[in-house]
Amino acid sequence: MRQVKTAEWKRPGEALDVANVREDFPILGESVHGKPLVYLDNAATAQKPRSVIERVARYYETENSNIHRGVHRLSEQATRAYEGARAAMRRFLNAAQDREIVFVRGATEAINLVARCYGGANLEPGDEVVISAMEHHSNIVPWQLICQEKGAVLRVIPVDDRGDVVMEAYHRLLGPRTRIVALPHVSNALGTVNPIKEMIADAHRAGILVLIDGAQGAPHAAVDVQDLDCDFYALSSHKLYGPTGVGVLYGKAGLLEAMPPYQGGGDMILTVSFEATEYNDLPYKFEAGTPNIAGVIGLGAAVEYLTGLGIETVAAHEDRVLAYAVERLTRVPGLRLIGTPARRASLVSFIFGDVHAHDIGTILDQEGIAVRTGHHCAMPVMDRFGVPATVRASFACYNTEAEVDVLAEGLERVRRLFDGV
Amino acid sequence: MSDLSDLYQELILDHNRKPRNFGPLAGANRSARGVNPLCGDKVTVHLHVEDDRVTGVSFEGTGCAISIASASVMTESLKARSCADAREMFERFHQMVAADNGGGIDGGGMGKLAAFAGVRDYPARVKCATLAWHTLRAALDGDDKAVSTE
Repeated sequence: MRQVKTAEWKRPGEALDVANVREDFPILGESVHGKPLVYLDNAATAQKPRSVIERVARYYETENSNIHRGVHRLSEQATRAYEGARAAMRRFLNAAQDREIVFVRGATEAINLVARCYGGANLEPGDEVVISAMEHHSNIVPWQLICQEKGAVLRVIPVDDRGDVVMEAYHRLLGPRTRIVALPHVSNALGTVNPIKEMIADAHRAGILVLIDGAQGAPHAAVDVQDLDCDFYALSSHKLYGPTGVGVLYGKAGLLEAMPPYQGGGDMILTVSFEATEYNDLPYKFEAGTPNIAGVIGLGAAVEYLTGLGIETVAAHEDRVLAYAVERLTRVPGLRLIGTPARRASLVSFIFGDVHAHDIGTILDQEGIAVRTGHHCAMPVMDRFGVPATVRASFACYNTEAEVDVLAEGLERVRRLFDGV
Repeated sequence: MSDLSDLYQELILDHNRKPRNFGPLAGANRSARGVNPLCGDKVTVHLHVEDDRVTGVSFEGTGCAISIASASVMTESLKARSCADAREMFERFHQMVAADNGGGIDGGGMGKLAAFAGVRDYPARVKCATLAWHTLRAALDGDDKAVSTE
């Protein structure tokens, strides 16, 4: 079995050895409809390296037990592995303290937690929450819910024809009633990389907190939450080569401490009587009940894997494949990119003639190509660009330029079947 | 695995290119909206029902080739049918395209609707083919709440 590369082995500036990386992902050896799998749906979920799959199996085979409560050996081991994953995630995000890393079910739950606990405690009637017109539904609906409950108002930063936020409009929206800004690091529907550092600084100058939805950001760029100075950062394990069912909320310790708990239950308390309950310290205050222990430990292995490759090395490789995809697809007659932002990461969204995205998806699937088709849980983005749906090809560390060529050839099959496009 | 041409038959491609009975319906007395929240497909079916008989039918909406063609062929098949016939056609169509009904029926005796039999080999597309039919049933029921494939 191949060993996972460690950071020390990597020379600075060395290009990613994609052939080697592909061997780390068992699923890439699969065939679909008799064709080699070309997996371009990484923005939906990334594939898992062998080290993650084996780490989860090892937990169940040799360590399975509950954490933070047993005095027995297995429980100590499992607790150590679980907290080790927290430390790994703290280093990955460069958070100041482990207790600023809260494990939840996914980026969606992380955002819901902040909306419910911070918004619930701090929003007053007439207060404002600012989001952008390029949000995933998971960074819209939690805010709508809490705004409705509190009588607060949701304000939306417009997006221009290229798919970038309109900064002047953003600055105008930051007003005396704005309490929180919630923005995507990278748009899941357009690929836009938002200038979040600048936008965070703008909000902070007005005394406004910022949550970053990093579901599409963390897998494709080095994230330094202290340098960004974001107040909250949400991410999903499964888009980061880890298991499903786990997410991370990073929050500044002072903010998390001041927030009420999210859910009540075991592990989030110090003492309970029928008169009163004393809550546990961070981060356990927000981790009620037995968590997804195997998933968190698997996420720890995923972070270790990604760190071993080097996130900067991975990002450089993905950017190269992405640039090739933009160039190659632009040359396909009848194809129109949806979103041509100033800075793009990880994905391209497009329409092709008047063929509906679903038909394209079905035809590409016959060629072994997995793409996402539809509205990408971003219906307002589809409305903004006047399209019902797009095809989205999204890339990860194991994708190649050759796979982009397979995609382009698959589109020619669509053209033949639909008589011209 | 069936060939793609079993799914995208010429009849389906033709109805997608040139949907029949597309647009509003003057004098409609029943309408219903249908959405597939997974993909964002939307369809509205308009009916004119007189003496328990479909005397006029049209549809509007956006969707993939399968859903548009299905709606288009459906409208052609419905004209002058009784409401009871229309409901029975819904049942037969549903049995034909849904793979999880123990094999279903082969589309014999269903005329142009039989062109959609190939959909059963593409489970992810069954909802595309049945969206208009679910919406039709809601219109027949006089249900003005949007129906959903979910």
